[in-house]
Order: sequence, then C-alpha cells, then structure tokens
Amino acid sequence: MEIREQEFKKNFDLHLWKRLFDFLKKYRNSVFFLIFVMFGVGIIDATFPILNKYAIDNFVKNKSLDGFYKFILIYLTLIAVQVFNVWWLIALAGKIDMGLCYDIRKSAFNKLQRLSFSYYDKTPVGWIMARLTSDVARIGDTLAWGIVDFIWGIAIMGSIVVYMFILNARLALITLSVVPLLAVLSIYFQKKILFEYRKVRRINSQITGAFNEGIMGAKTSKILNIEDKNIDEFKGLTRSMFSSSVRAAILSSIYMPLVMTLGSIGTALALNFGGRSVMLNTISFGTLAAFISYSIQFFDPVRELARVMAEFISAQTAAERVISLIDTEVEIKDFGELSQIKKINGDIEFKDVSFSYKDGEDVLEDFNLKVKAGQSIALVGETGSGKSTIVNLLCRFYEPTRGSIYIDGMDYKSIPLSKLHSSLGYVLQTPHLFSGTIKENIQYGNLNASFEEIIEAAKLANAHEFIMSLEKAYDTEVGEGGSKLSVGQRQLISIARAIVANPSIFILDEATSSVDTETEHMIQQAISKVLKGRTSFIIAHRLSTIKSADRILVIKNGKIIEDGSHRELMKKRGYYYRLYTNQYILEQEKKIFG
Amino acid sequence: MFFKFMKGYRLKYIFASISIIISSFLSVIIPIIIKTSIDSIIGDKKIEGRIILSFFNLLGGRDYLREHLYIVALLIVLITALNGLFMYIKGKWANEAAEATAKNLRDSLYSHLQRIYYNFHVEAKTGDLIQRCTSDVETIKSFLAVQFVEIGRTVFMVLFILSIMFYYNAAYALISISLIPFIFAASYIFFKKVKKQFQLCDEAEGEMSAVLQENLTGVRVVKAFNREEFEIEKFEEKNRTYRDLLLKLMRTFAYFWSSSDAMCMLQTFLVVVYGVYLASKGAITLGTLIIFISYIGMLLWPIRQLGRILSDMGKSFVAIARINEILKEPIEDLSTGLTPNIEGNIEFKNLYFSYRDGKDVLKDITFSIKKGETIAIIGPTGSGKSTLAYLLLGLYDYNRGSIELDGVELKNINKNYLRQNIGLVSQDCFLFSKTLKENIAISTKNVEDERIFEASKIADIHDTILSFEKGYETQIGEKGVTLSGGQKQRVAIARCVIKDYRVLIFDDSLSAVDTETEQHIRNRLKERSKDTTTIIITHRLTTAHECDRIIVLDKGTIIEMGSHDELIKKGGFYRRLWDIQSQLDEE
Repeated sequence: MEIREQEFKKNFDLHLWKRLFDFLKKYRNSVFFLIFVMFGVGIIDATFPILNKYAIDNFVKNKSLDGFYKFILIYLTLIAVQVFNVWWLIALAGKIDMGLCYDIRKSAFNKLQRLSFSYYDKTPVGWIMARLTSDVARIGDTLAWGIVDFIWGIAIMGSIVVYMFILNARLALITLSVVPLLAVLSIYFQKKILFEYRKVRRINSQITGAFNEGIMGAKTSKILNIEDKNIDEFKGLTRSMFSSSVRAAILSSIYMPLVMTLGSIGTALALNFGGRSVMLNTISFGTLAAFISYSIQFFDPVRELARVMAEFISAQTAAERVISLIDTEVEIKDFGELSQIKKINGDIEFKDVSFSYKDGEDVLEDFNLKVKAGQSIALVGETGSGKSTIVNLLCRFYEPTRGSIYIDGMDYKSIPLSKLHSSLGYVLQTPHLFSGTIKENIQYGNLNASFEEIIEAAKLANAHEFIMSLEKAYDTEVGEGGSKLSVGQRQLISIARAIVANPSIFILDEATSSVDTETEHMIQQAISKVLKGRTSFIIAHRLSTIKSADRILVIKNGKIIEDGSHRELMKKRGYYYRLYTNQYILEQEKKIFG
Repeated sequence: MFFKFMKGYRLKYIFASISIIISSFLSVIIPIIIKTSIDSIIGDKKIEGRIILSFFNLLGGRDYLREHLYIVALLIVLITALNGLFMYIKGKWANEAAEATAKNLRDSLYSHLQRIYYNFHVEAKTGDLIQRCTSDVETIKSFLAVQFVEIGRTVFMVLFILSIMFYYNAAYALISISLIPFIFAASYIFFKKVKKQFQLCDEAEGEMSAVLQENLTGVRVVKAFNREEFEIEKFEEKNRTYRDLLLKLMRTFAYFWSSSDAMCMLQTFLVVVYGVYLASKGAITLGTLIIFISYIGMLLWPIRQLGRILSDMGKSFVAIARINEILKEPIEDLSTGLTPNIEGNIEFKNLYFSYRDGKDVLKDITFSIKKGETIAIIGPTGSGKSTLAYLLLGLYDYNRGSIELDGVELKNINKNYLRQNIGLVSQDCFLFSKTLKENIAISTKNVEDERIFEASKIADIHDTILSFEKGYETQIGEKGVTLSGGQKQRVAIARCVIKDYRVLIFDDSLSAVDTETEQHIRNRLKERSKDTTTIIITHRLTTAHECDRIIVLDKGTIIEMGSHDELIKKGGFYRRLWDIQSQLDEE
C-alpha cells in the first residue's frame, strides 16, 4: 500500500465519487431540500436589485408613493423567506456534513476491526488516525458545503443572467462579456492557490516534526554537540516555509485585484452603454442601477464556483485514502465451518509450518511441534529467532504460508475465529489497558463476568490487594493506556483480565521491563497459578518461569534447537546452559544493584 | 511586542498599513463616481461638492463627459486597478512581514531550545513546548497577516463611509447605520460565547481519537479477546456524541447567522425604503440613494468580521506572552572559554554536586584518571553514576570542589570544545529520523563512507545494517524502520566512536546488548585507540572486572576504588558481588 501522501490528483476520478455518493444516499432527502433551499437563497439574492429598480422607476422617478406599502410588504416577505432559508441551509449542510463524517468513520472503524495483523504491521497508527480524523472531516466539509456554494453560485448566476436578459438583452450581453475571462482566470488561480497552500501545509507539518525532534532529542544534541547543525537544518526548513508561504500569499494577492479589476470592467461597460441608453431614453434609471449592481454582484459566485471546483479535485486525495482503507481486503477470512464446537481442549500441532512476513525471508521453515493439552511450554531464544511468530500463528493473527496448524486435531482454519479467540488468554509483554475503570478492564476478558468473578480473577492474579488499597478500589480510572498505574500493576490487571476469560490456551509474553522485586514475585506467583491445567505458551525471560515450565523450547533461526525440561537441558551444557547462566548472573546483579 | 521579531520588514509592514488606508479610500470613491454620473452626467442635477466638481471639470466638464461617457467608465476601471495595486502591495508586504516574523519566531525558539540548559529539557513538558512553538506562532502570524489588516481596513472604511454619508444627509445616514452597532455587538458576543461550545466539540473529538488510538495500539488485545464488536460499540458511542455536539453547534450557528442576516437585511431594507421615501420627496437625489445602498453593502460583512476578529484577538497576546516565556529562559554559553590541549587526564577533587532540590547527589568525590585508562563505575541506581558523566560534559555546573581536565578547571573550558573532546553514549539512545548513515555521521562533517562503516563495525552493527533492504540508507523513526533496543544502542555507539574523542563515556549503554557482543565492541575499541580515556558505567560485573580500575559508588560517595584484584582482596561490596557469580560457576 502507498503510504506516501500524494497531494494533488489532477483528474476527476469518477469511481471514487461514485463510492462517496453511496455514502451520500442516506441523506438524499436532506440533499434535495438543501439544493432547493440554496436555489431559493440564490434567486432571492439576485432579486433585491430588481426590487430597487422597481422602487427607483416607480417611486423616485415618478415622485409618487403609490403602492409603497405593497413594496415594503414584498421586501419584508423576501427578507423573512431568506432568513428562513439561511437557517435551513446551515442546519441541513451541517446535518449532511456531520452525518457523512459519522458514517464514513463508522464504516472505516468497522473495517479496521476486521483487518488482520499484516495490515497493522505495515500501516503506522498515525497514518490511520489521520485518515479517520482530518481526511474524513475534509470529505464531509467539501461535499456538504461544496453543495451549498455550488448550487448558490449556479442559482444566483442563473437568476442574474435571466433578470438581465429580461431587462435588456443587448446590455446584458455587453455587461457579461467579461465573465468568460473571469471564469478562466478564477479556475486557474484557485487551483494554483490551493496547490500552493497544500505545499505550505506540508512544510508546516515538517516544521512541527522538526520541533518535536528538536525538543525530544535536545539532550542528545547537547551531548553530541550538534546544536548548530540542527539549527542550520531547521533554518533551511523555515526558509523554505517562508518562501512558499509568501508565494502562496502573493498568488492570492494578485488574484483578488485581478478579479476586481475585471469586474469593474463589467461595471464600466454597464455604466457607459447603460448610461447612453438612459440618455436616449431606451432604458430607465432603475435598469441602469440594477445592471451596475449585477456587474458587481456577479464576480462573487464565479470566484466561489472556481474555489469549490478546485477543492473538490483536491479533496479527492483525502477521499481516495479513506476509501482505500474502507475497501481494503481482509486477509484472514473466517470460514468457521465448525461452528458447533463447544470447547477447545488445547491439543496443538504445528505441521510443516512455514511462514514469512510480507516479502521477507522465511521466519519459520517446516516447523513441527506437538503439544498435549495442559502442557506448559517455555519458548526461549534471541530476539528475531521466531518465538513471537509461533505465538502469532497460533493465535491466527497470521496464517502459515505453508503447512497447517491443528487444534484438537482440527485444522484451525475451520474453527470460527471468534471461537478460537475466546478460548485464548493472552498476556502481552507491554500490558495494554484501555481507558476506563479497573473493573471494566478486567471485564474486558469476559463481558458477562459478574463482579464476584472479577474479584475472584483479581485475587488469583494477586491484584486484589493493591486494587483495594486504591481509594476507589475497582472503580479507579486507569488513565489512557493505563498510564495512572505502574507497569507492574498494569501487568497484574492484564493477567486478571486473561483469567476471567477462562481460556483453555494461555499465551504469555513475559515482560522484560523491570518492575520492583516484590511485584515481580507477585506476577510470578499469579502466573504459576494460572497456568495449571491449561495449555500454555510462554515467551519467557525470567529464570523462575522458564524453570517451572513442563517443556522448554530453545528457538534459533526459526528452528527448535533444544527441547526438554530444565534438568535435561542443563545436563546437555549446550545453548540453554549458557543462556541460563548468563541470565542468572544478570538477575543476581539486579538484585544487588536494585 | 510583535515588532521586535519583524526585523528587516518593519518598513514594509508600515507601507502595507498605509496601502490599506489608500485602498479603503479608493474603494469608497467609486460609488461617488457612479452617483455623480447618474445624477449629473446622465441626469441633470448640478454636481455637488467643490472637490468633485473641480475634478469633473478637470476631465472636461459635465457636457463634454455627457458626450464621452466612456471616460467616466474608464475612470472606474482605472481607480479599481489602482485600488488593486495597493491591495496587492498590502497583501504582499503584510504577508512577507508576517511570514518573516513567524520565521524569526520559529528560528529563535528552535535555537533557544537547542542552547537552553540541559536541565530545562530534563524537566520540560514536550507537548506544551511544541504547542507554543507551532500553534502560538501560527496565531501571531495570522494576527499580523490577516486580523490586523482586516481591522485596519474595516476601521478606515467605516470612517470614510460615515463621513461621506453624513456629508450627504445626516438624518438618512443615522437611519442607515442604526442597526450596525447591534450587528457588531451580536457578532462579538456570539463568537465569544460560542468558544465554549467549540471547546466541547474539541473535547469530544479528543475522546473519540483517544478511543481510536487505544484501539489501534491495543489491536492485539482486541483481537486476542475477540472484542471487535465491543470496540465498535465503544467507538460508535464516541463517534455519535461528537456528531451530536457538532450538530448542536451547527444549530447555534444557524440561529446566529440567520438572525444576523436578518438584521443586515433589515438594515439594507431601511436604507432602501427610507431612501426611496426621501428621494420621492426630492430630499435626496437618485444618486445619493444608490450610493447609500452600495455603501451599506460594503459595510455589513466587514462589520460582522470585525466582531469575530476582536472576540478572538486576546489569543495573539496570550500567544506572544507564552513564547516570550520560553525565550526568557537563560541559555548556555557554548562558545567562550579556554581551549587547552586535551589529553584525557581527569581529576576530581572534593567534588560536591546537587540538583535544584538541594540534595547532594555527589559528596566529596576525589579520584583521578590517567590518559588511556579504562575505568568502570558501578553502584546501585541513584548512586550518582550518570551525574558524574553529565558533569564531565559540562551539562551541569558543579557547586563545590573541582574537576580538572589535564590540569585545567573544567568550568573554564569552552563548552563546544569540551563536548567535541569528550564523548558520551547515554542511557536513552535517541536516534533522529534520518537515515542510518546520517545518524551515525551526525556529529561529523564531510566524512567518508569508509569511516562510517568502520564505526559501525566497531559497534558491531555493520552486518545488521547491511541486512536491511536499503542498508545504510534505511530511514529510521516514525516514517521508517523501528529498531530494537539493542540495535539502537549499537547505532548510538557507532555514532559516538566515529569521532576520535579523547575521553569516551558509556553510561550503561550496552545493557540491551548481550555480554558477548559487548566484549566484542570493547575489544575493538581498545584496538583502535589505546590513548582514549574510557569510563564505563555499568551493571555488569563481567564488564567491570576487565577494566583497569573500578569505582564503586553508593549514595553519592565512593565506597571502594581499585583494580579488580585489589577489591577482591579488600573483601567489601565488590567482593560480595563477585562471590555470587563464582558460586554459580561452581554449581
């Protein structure tokens, strides 16, 4: 997938807009009503000069006030209708805008929940966030308010043209002769201006990034004594920011006067030719005044139309990114033929399993492993040896590129994903909690768990005591990502969360990050209690965990190089022996140094 | 306050301001020309006003112009073009000045933050700082480029238009602007009040983003517990709340704009109806009616904008104050001081040091290191090991006692010079989001590839780098590859050993590398430069015991110092540690 943010798409992409209109369908009625309202706004806007003309010709020129009250009444009625229109236009466009954003975000989020890990591996979180926030907002904005401006522009221009031709066709043609040039100029400039401002925005985000890095890396920069180098680099950025912003500003500064001057040519033509006609008595003063007003009123909608068109084209990039997310194909498909399975026991077999992450080398090659239900397996080995891959495959976060995995003798692809996942208890290396209370976080493992069951699980996980010591006990807010709790506390809660799910297969990615000795001891105890009677896979770092496992697998380059109990492997004096002794020394040192 | 940062562009900004006045003046002229044409050239009224009369006489007088109406028409185009020219000048120079100010602000903020004391960054709140450097600067820029300009334009337009209106007919003028104060006040008050609602929406959006972010970062948990549906509902709720709040905001806007439009249209209505009434009575001319109608059209929109801008203006002053807060912080003097020849002999004499809180972190530290020696410093967390390293780089100033580098007091040495001679690989290895090559070569200029490779080989990272698809050109950081902890440390080491430092300090910077690799790295370093003084802060006894001497720190004081053999003989803290290890070997 293309991560690079393309900024401008030149052509109109029909398929894309079709997809967007699918989203718009739900608001069909609102859209039609809005279009109706906008026609009203445009027509009324164009009608006021006609009223003025009428007043000039009838009351001012004839010096009589006959029918003045009727005139006032009509004027006020139009104002009332227009006020009503304005209210509806904002309410309707707002409804469409917000509704559209809501719908698109919703379907994008739903898709995100179904996408597999391989998608998350290659797509940064920040990228997805930007799609669901700023891009979606831009689509809603462009579509809803684009309709407003577009219809208004069409309606007012159309009405003005009609009125002008009714008043005087010759003068109308003369006055409007500047419009084609105006339109061409506007389209050219609006597109260019938008393009320049996008460039400015891109540099702006680079500057934000530079500030971020400059501040986060300030300590390192000081130590390396590269402050001046950083400053020079940064000044390069601000310099290009300066020149492109000024370029963009100059472009808009040229455009407005140009349009105004062109518009004034229209006014001048109306005054010259209209004035002469007035002198010859072929048109009235009121008509002249109306033409002068129209010549001024006309260039606003031209500008708006050009802007809307440029924005539509530029919003295509945002739309494309969002639609591509929504249309991403789900890689891991849920066949779920065996939906009648009641319980998974936990017999596991990897048969000739090979796996590679996208376009990479094989991480596992013809990997074979048989695990009996209830056995606990410790996986040890260096980073990148394939330990995590084994676990990821088992969870079906990924699927083997070749070979199969069997659970209780069944090809695990035939087990519904939901069934498989609800039989798993998973404790991550860096415990991830969600904002909310402790209770809610434990309940995450089993939404139907009663409060008693939650407490039970917390007790098993050795978390109950510390939870009760908190002021609000189980109702304590954990903060974003669990930030209000210590790492150790988070770990205990994540264990409780796994326990409450009552899984038959337990997966534990042991934390390497240091927690204090006491907490570590508690975590240790909790784990050993939990593992009893369950098939478990542990990516183990701590000696005590490793030692207590039924079977230890030493993984190197995707292969099992040693397999056996602690005793057996120590006797071998091979890789495991060295690993163990090294780890032992480290743990001892840690104990002393604290 | 803003002018300070506008250096080199002040004159342009002043000219831009003058252009605004000229441009507003020119735009109010055109309706007068149209009025005069309608009343006196096309119509048969006398030209009112001395100036206008003499001006039209200059063009040839009424009768001549009646025959040559195109001259007046051309005049309109000409004046508009002239107005356009001034608008262009205003746009160009005001923007240049505003952008220059923004650039100056950004540059000074960035340089200041680079040169500020180390301690500032230890305590800094990153998010807040970044906001000041970005959105506050943006606020000031848009104040200078847009808001200030708009205010000036509106004020002058109002002044010009009012005086012309009152000149023609005071009573009519009064009626014509009777609703304007209300229109202005309504928009001022509305935009002040609606801020709260905006804030609510922002908060709702924040909450929604937080759920999204948590979901994305916790995708493993979500999938492992089969909680997709649950998450969808959670997001749905936030998504809906956000939408509903925005809808409410939209409704508020609908009420505001429709009522504000109602007032504006009523004001125009008053102008038209009263004007028509006056004109039909002969109290004003047709041209006066038309000029009032165009003027009111020119006034209404800017008046509403003015209300909005003024309600917003406080922000710019807050922004500049927040920026000044950063710029007021003292900065380090990096470029003055002695530049003695540094060999690598270090001497600490009765050194005391405390951070701001006043608690002594280091107490009565006395020891010396000779050029080329390798010293290990061990001790529990918080014993002051890292502080020693920071002091040697001059990142903090010590309070009592002295540190001498080849006999020169460290305080008196030029800091740039000092840090070019003393290298530190610190605990947190921050890498910059550049390519690996750029990262390794970051502190050097014009370095050949050979030296980069050599440094990487010393740090035992060369082969790893070559195994990446793009090798040394691999981009790291947010937009690129994420390195493991051990890989990062090794890149940080390569980045440091590429330079020939006289003193090299490793602050627990090999912790994520296994012991074998660590030994490799140290051996290769030793081979390359025998004369470099090396200080290794470590948790590993295996590392410490190979050093020439070992310093054991506890609670800020040196409790043991000597070679491995001496310390073993002494039978203290170090000995105890060592015994634990040996036990294992016998097992």
